[in-house]
Amino acid sequence: MQIAVLVVTLGLLGWAVTVGLERLAGPVSDVAPPPAEPPQPTAHITATLFYATPDGMQLLPLRREVALADGVVAQGRQILVAQLAPSPEGQRSVIPAGTQLRAFYVTDRGDAFVDLSREISAAHPGGTLNELLTVYAIVNAVTANLPAVQRVQLLVDGMEVDTIAGHVDVRRPLTKDTTLVREATP
Amino acid sequence: MAFPPADASASRRKAGPADPRPTQFVLVFTRATIRDDSKTGIIGALRRTASFIAAVLVLLGGSVAWHPGDAPASLLHAQGSPPPAPLMLITREGRRAVPTTVVSGQELIGLDDLATLFQVTVREDALAGGVTLSYRGRTIVASADQPMASVNGRVVTLPSPVVRSGRRFLVPVEFLTRALAPIYDQRIELRRPQRLLLVGDVRVPRVTARIEIPGPPTHATIDVVPQSTVAIVAEAGRVLVRIDADALDLSLPAAGGGLIEQVRVGDQQNTVVLALNPAAGMPRVAQATADGATRVTIDVPSGAAATPPPTDTTAAPRPSPPPDASLTLPRTGFQTVVIDPGHGGDDRGAKGGGGLEEKALTLDIARRLRGLLESRMGVRVVLTRDDDRAVPLDQRAAVANSSKADLFLSLHANASLSPSMAGAEVYHLQLDSEGEAARRQAEADAVTLPVLGGGTRRLDVIRWDLAQARHVSESARLASLLAEELGKQVKMSPRGVQQAPLRVLEGADTAAAVIEMLYVSNADQEKAAGTEDFKNTLAQALYAAIARFRGFSEDQSSR
Repeated sequence: MQIAVLVVTLGLLGWAVTVGLERLAGPVSDVAPPPAEPPQPTAHITATLFYATPDGMQLLPLRREVALADGVVAQGRQILVAQLAPSPEGQRSVIPAGTQLRAFYVTDRGDAFVDLSREISAAHPGGTLNELLTVYAIVNAVTANLPAVQRVQLLVDGMEVDTIAGHVDVRRPLTKDTTLVREATP
Repeated sequence: MAFPPADASASRRKAGPADPRPTQFVLVFTRATIRDDSKTGIIGALRRTASFIAAVLVLLGGSVAWHPGDAPASLLHAQGSPPPAPLMLITREGRRAVPTTVVSGQELIGLDDLATLFQVTVREDALAGGVTLSYRGRTIVASADQPMASVNGRVVTLPSPVVRSGRRFLVPVEFLTRALAPIYDQRIELRRPQRLLLVGDVRVPRVTARIEIPGPPTHATIDVVPQSTVAIVAEAGRVLVRIDADALDLSLPAAGGGLIEQVRVGDQQNTVVLALNPAAGMPRVAQATADGATRVTIDVPSGAAATPPPTDTTAAPRPSPPPDASLTLPRTGFQTVVIDPGHGGDDRGAKGGGGLEEKALTLDIARRLRGLLESRMGVRVVLTRDDDRAVPLDQRAAVANSSKADLFLSLHANASLSPSMAGAEVYHLQLDSEGEAARRQAEADAVTLPVLGGGTRRLDVIRWDLAQARHVSESARLASLLAEELGKQVKMSPRGVQQAPLRVLEGADTAAAVIEMLYVSNADQEKAAGTEDFKNTLAQALYAAIARFRGFSEDQSSR
C-alpha cells in the first residue's frame, strides 16, 4: 500500500517537473495552456523623462506615460524609446534629432548598456553643458525608472566611445547625476 | 530641540519669585514649550503662532528703556570666573580669542562681543525682559527669565536665560550654535573640548599624534581627519609637519618618548613639530591617505652616523631632476603651462548662429594667452595644437604630462539650447567611484624610496588615464582662481564653477581645468567674440588667474 502511494506520488512529481520544465524552456507544446494575460496594448506606466529647463541650464523631470512592458529590459527599451523620441509640446529635447536606440541590455551587476545610433554624436550641437544634459538625460531616465539599474554605459553604433561630443567621459558606466536636475517648484 | 516640560517648570520656578514679567509673555512661552516635539497638527500650528506672538510682543517692548530696578534677580550682576582657556574663534581671515566667563558652571559669552564678531544688532527689551538680536532681517529674541530663545519664530532651548552683568548681557555659549547658527549666513561650529569656535568655510582637521613605539627606533604617527594636504620637512633634530588647514584641532602626547623629546605646535598654527633627541639619526617619514584620513608615519633611528641634508618630501611629486640639475638654475617650481585649444580639424566643436566655430576661437585665445605668459611670466608654454587639426583627447593630456606641465588649461566655448544662456564657466574634474578608488589605491600603493644623498622620495603608482585623481584639490583651487579672475573681466554664467567627468582632464597629471569661455549659442557673445577687445580681455583674465595660481603653487611647494 505504502509502495503504491509512493509510486503514484513519484509519478505525479515527474509529470509536474516535466510540465514545469517545458513551460520554463519557452517553446510551448500544444498541450500548454494559452498565455494567461497578454499585456494590454493600452497598458502604461508613468515614467520620469528628462527635458531641458526653459533656461537650458538643467534637466526638467517630466512624468510621462510609457507603454508597459514585461521585465526590466523590455521596460527599459520602452522608456528609452520615449526619451529619444521628439519632445512633447512645449518641451525641448536634449537628445539630437534622429537618435535611435539600437540595443539595450542589463548585466547581473545592475549595469545597463544603452547602444545608440551615431546621430547622438554626429548631430550633437556641441558645448559641454549640452553634452552633460544629453548624457545625463539618458543615464537618469534609465536609473530613475528602473531601480534594478545602478549605472549606465553608453555605446555609439555598438562601440564604446570616449565621449559623444568631445567633453564628457562615457568610457565607463555612469551613475545618475541629480545635480543637473531641477526639481519642480512646489 | 526636545524640551521636557519638567525642566521648563523648574527653571520657571527658579526665576518665578523675583519675576515681575507680564504674565502674558510667560504664558505664551509656556504654551510654546508644552508640546515641543509636535511638528505638525494643530498643536504645532498653535506653537508657531505662539512663538510669533511672543516675538512680536518682545519686539514691541524693544523701544522701552531698561530700568535696572525692574530686572529679575537672575540678570543682576553675574559674577563669573574665567574659563580654563579662552574660546578661539577661527575664520578664513584668521583667529582671535573670544573672552568668556563661567558662572555656576555655565560658560557665558558677552552679547557685545557677539555683536562685534558677527555683525548682529543687539537691543534690550524692557517689557519682555530680554534682548533682541537682528541679523540681515532675521531676529532672535532671547528671554531673560526663560532658558530659551525665539529664533525667527522658532523656539530653541538654552542652558540658561540671558544674564546681566553690570552693563553687559551674557548668554550661554550654546547660544552660538542653537540660536545664532540657524539664522547666520555662514557655518558656526563650536568644538567645546578643543575650545574652538569655527565660523565659515574653515578647515580645522583633527590631528592626533601618538608615539607608538618608543624604540629606538622610535615610531610615531600623526593622523589627520579629514584627509588634508600635508607637507613634511624631515631634518636632523626635528620633523616639521605642515597641514593645509586654517587651524588644527590638536591632540598631542603630553610628553615625548624614545628619541622624540617633544611633540608641540609650531610657530605657525597649522604646523606640528617633533623635536628629536640629539642622539637621533635622520628621521624617515611617509604619508598615506585612506578612508578619509591622512596618516603620517615617522621613524626615528638612533645614531647620527650620517646627517644628510634635509629633504622636503613634498617637493617631488613628479620624477625629480637629476642631481646635477641643482648645479644649474634653481627650480622655481612653476615652469611650464600647457594650453589646450579645444576641438580642431573635423571636430569643429560648438557653432554659433553667425558661423563662429569653437575650434577657431579656442586656438585664437590660446595663442594670445601664450604670448602673455611667455612675455610677462617667462614660463614655457606648450600648445596641444598650434593649427587646425584634430588631436585625440588622450593625446592632449599626454602633451601636458610629457611636457611636465605645472598647469593644464583646456579652452572651450559652450553652447546651450537656450539662446539667452551666456557667460564663462570653469570645470574641474569630478571623480566617479572608479576614479576615487584609483586615487585611494594610488595613495595606498605609494612607495617611499630612499634617494641618493639621504632622505626619501614618494612614488605614486596610478593608472595613467586617471592621473588627475592625484590633483583634485589643487585643480579645485585653480578652478576657483580662474572663476574669480574671469568674473572680474568678463560675464560669468550662472553655473560658475562646475565639476564634471570631463575626458580631457582625466589623464592630466597636473593641476587642470576646462574653461568654457563663452556661449557661442548666444548672439551677443558670438558677436563680442569677434572683437579684439573681448579676445584680449579673455586672455588677460586667464593670465591673471594663472599668475595667482603660480603664487599658490610655489607657496605650496616651498612649504
